[in-house]
Amino acid sequence: MRNTRSTQLLFELSRSGRRSARIPSDEVSTAPVESLLPTSALATAPPPLPELAEPDIVRHYANLSTLNMSVDTHFYPLGSCTMKYNPKRNERIASLPGIANLHPYQPEETLQGLLAMLHELQEMLAEIAGLDAVSLQPAAGAHGELTALMVAAAHFRARGEKRTKVLAPDSAHGTNPASAAMAGFDAVTVHSNEDGSVDLDDLRKKLDRETAVFMITNPSTFGLFERNVKQIAEMVHERGALIYLDGANMNAILGITRPGDFGADMMHFNPHKTFSGPHGGGGPGAGPIAVRKFLEPYLPLPVVERSGEEYRLVWNRPQSIGRVRSFFGQVGVLVRAYCYIRTHGAQGLKEVSENAVLNANYLLSRVKHILPVPQGNRCLHEFVATAGKLKADRGVSAMDLAKRLLDYGYHSPTVYFPLTVRESMMIEPTETESKETLDAFAETLFRITEESPELLHEAPHTTTISRPDEVQAARKPIVRWTPA
Amino acid sequence: MPYILNTPADQKAMLEAIGVGLIDDLFAQIPSELRLNRPLNLPPALTELELTAHMERLAAQNAACGEKVCFLGGGSYDHFVPAVVDDVAGRGEFYTSYTPYQAEVSQGNLQVFFEYQTMITQLTGMDVSNASLYDGGSAATEAVLMCMSASNKQGRVVTAASVHPEYRQILETYFAHLGTTLVTVGTPQGSVDPEELAQSLTDDTACVLIQHPNFFGCLEDVEKIAQAAHERGVLVVVSVDPISLGLLKRPGDYGADIVVAEGQSLGTPMLYGGPYLGIIACREQFVRRMPGRIAGQTVDRRGKRCFVLTLQTREQHIRREKATSNICTNQGLFALRASVYLAAMGPQGMREVATACLRKSRYALDKLTSGERFSKKFERPTFKEFVVRDSAGNVSELVAEALDRGYFAGVPLGKWYPELDDCLLVCVTEKRTKDQIHGLAKVMADGRKQKADGRKRSAQPATAP
Repeated sequence: MRNTRSTQLLFELSRSGRRSARIPSDEVSTAPVESLLPTSALATAPPPLPELAEPDIVRHYANLSTLNMSVDTHFYPLGSCTMKYNPKRNERIASLPGIANLHPYQPEETLQGLLAMLHELQEMLAEIAGLDAVSLQPAAGAHGELTALMVAAAHFRARGEKRTKVLAPDSAHGTNPASAAMAGFDAVTVHSNEDGSVDLDDLRKKLDRETAVFMITNPSTFGLFERNVKQIAEMVHERGALIYLDGANMNAILGITRPGDFGADMMHFNPHKTFSGPHGGGGPGAGPIAVRKFLEPYLPLPVVERSGEEYRLVWNRPQSIGRVRSFFGQVGVLVRAYCYIRTHGAQGLKEVSENAVLNANYLLSRVKHILPVPQGNRCLHEFVATAGKLKADRGVSAMDLAKRLLDYGYHSPTVYFPLTVRESMMIEPTETESKETLDAFAETLFRITEESPELLHEAPHTTTISRPDEVQAARKPIVRWTPA
Repeated sequence: MPYILNTPADQKAMLEAIGVGLIDDLFAQIPSELRLNRPLNLPPALTELELTAHMERLAAQNAACGEKVCFLGGGSYDHFVPAVVDDVAGRGEFYTSYTPYQAEVSQGNLQVFFEYQTMITQLTGMDVSNASLYDGGSAATEAVLMCMSASNKQGRVVTAASVHPEYRQILETYFAHLGTTLVTVGTPQGSVDPEELAQSLTDDTACVLIQHPNFFGCLEDVEKIAQAAHERGVLVVVSVDPISLGLLKRPGDYGADIVVAEGQSLGTPMLYGGPYLGIIACREQFVRRMPGRIAGQTVDRRGKRCFVLTLQTREQHIRREKATSNICTNQGLFALRASVYLAAMGPQGMREVATACLRKSRYALDKLTSGERFSKKFERPTFKEFVVRDSAGNVSELVAEALDRGYFAGVPLGKWYPELDDCLLVCVTEKRTKDQIHGLAKVMADGRKQKADGRKRSAQPATAP
């Protein structure tokens, strides 16, 4: 039974005079603050935050947490997000005082253990990528894209080449064109074929001497390996342009094929997906990038170098694009990625991909009869099914299915992405699910498609709320609480 | 492998259902010449026990704050984190969930974001907050980009040398690709001269970016700066230390158009610089230019109050290359930590933390400058950090000596400010005790003696009080 009082807003629970934390303050001085700071700088009252006691706070948040689906509690087949299990050991290790309590400006000689770990992570990511040099700086996948595009821009500037365009397929993540625009390029869309592969004729048409980078997601958003990737890389390289690999889907190919080996010059990792950092309700992620040797001088600073037995941060690279983030990056996420890779080793990582792909194909084989997969009978780590026929025949949309799944205790797949497939549902089970779970999920999908459309239009029925009015939310935004 | 559930029997049954013989057949779409025909060259796999021992060994090779007494600041701070913050953030339902795409099963996160946004507006005096960005530096950068698009002026952005040098470096990196000029007004007195700043404003200036309290811990003349900028039709971005808002005027009350902050101070461990929390809040008129996620209140089909991600048309999955920013995530877990922290502190707690930082840092400043060697570098009022000048000009040796005796004495400034090569930025949070402050003062005074006597550095490790 829900505790409805505890899901009132913090501000509604607030009672004047309640307190939780207290801070000792008079040990060194009781000087009035007015004697220490000019009154013109001082606020006349403390900030108007809610007033609560610790039990209020704990009960509030504990109850709110039960309103979330999470990987710890539910199957979460949210395509392209790789919602795999988050190992508990990594959490404990990341909170060791010798890691959590490090200040970014403490002397390097007091950070040798951490720098050794970060250096080893750079090397392991380079090996997994099949590329030469790594920067751990970027804060998220999209930030990695932007950083790599800036690296590419610096490379062309150094060569005196004026290249203004970045090409990306229409099936790419929306961050690709947005990142290109932010790095000062014109973003140009390349069409995809029916099967989600790159339309080579369209690429050929748009690829010219103005093109700096072609951004490719491989395995693609459809969970398919781009068959022509070698040919694409040759075409792009022939024009003197670079290939950027969106690494969002690395979970499918660990130890099986490497972006550097199929032609990528630059890529980012999403360690929170591939190497299982917890997603934290929408962050933190991280976005380390790997590049070929000739791009290394342009990487953002600092990077970790080993000299003899010592590790140090390198700052003296005159061609570097500079800084992209304050301090060293998302170290806490990188520690988890390191722990994940060290837990698995080469064989283990390969098994991760094998089982992710096995699970996806098994689920595909179980659902394709009711939710056709236009791109075929096989996939890698994820697949895109369509509810187009259900919609036409019975008026049941992908959104209806998504919402009804919630009633049965499953997080919904990604719906309506990629935009190129009608009524799309992008499903990614990951390797950390069992056959039993996949069977139960498939059976639930069958059952739902046999339910009455009216029931489905109004789903979900068992959650605390149902079908929020998003139009009203956007039209008249209420983005903070104000007293009634 | 510990996180894979498929048994060999499961695998066999699944392959049969799919209609292939081997798992390897599922990878047939990858051309064989592109397949890696050897194992990845990685260190061997470790069990949990081995991994834990390995990581504990690496962690032990670091000297952490706690083991050393920390007087380091400069944008990352050793503040106290109440246990309730770790307890709430440690709930798997929060930290293993994702972006709330399905509002019905994400009301926990969505309500947290809505409450976080509200508390940030309460703290800053602004109208609107988003649900967080990567860190303070990215928040400052995104705020400047917002101003450039809102004002339609791309030519010039004016900042001050007292703004975090790394934030300014990030802006330089971005501007190299956008053709914008970053003009930095010098701050030889520790804060920017509003008149000098006003003179650097031109018709194509998008905004002014200042920090208050600034990188040196000094207060800026924020009201005069905001007034001068607005008179020229220039927007004002202020980067603040959220802890200071327990005492200082809220930026919304002195005319800031956008407020940004590094939110690490609000309940997040230092973690060698990340992941942190980028706070950004603005006036109502800029809400549709705000990057990142925003939670909004609405009603469900039964009329019940609920929360959704809103204003998504600003974002790149709809607007693609025309999006307001390429940012597609937030720091949800750290927005949660900041929320719990602010709820635990409340108005009085925030005032107490800020007051303790102020009093202790002033006490430390007096102690450190009571002898002859160290002097206060700037005459401006300071909040929790301050700059001392070493008349012996030997800051790096001083820091090394202090380290040997158990103290992180401060951040040497020469790395960013060659003219401040003889200066140290010292930070005193509420966690520092009187004994620790006395200890630092003694170590620094002894340093003077050792130098005068020409004695060698003590090799003897000392324990921190």
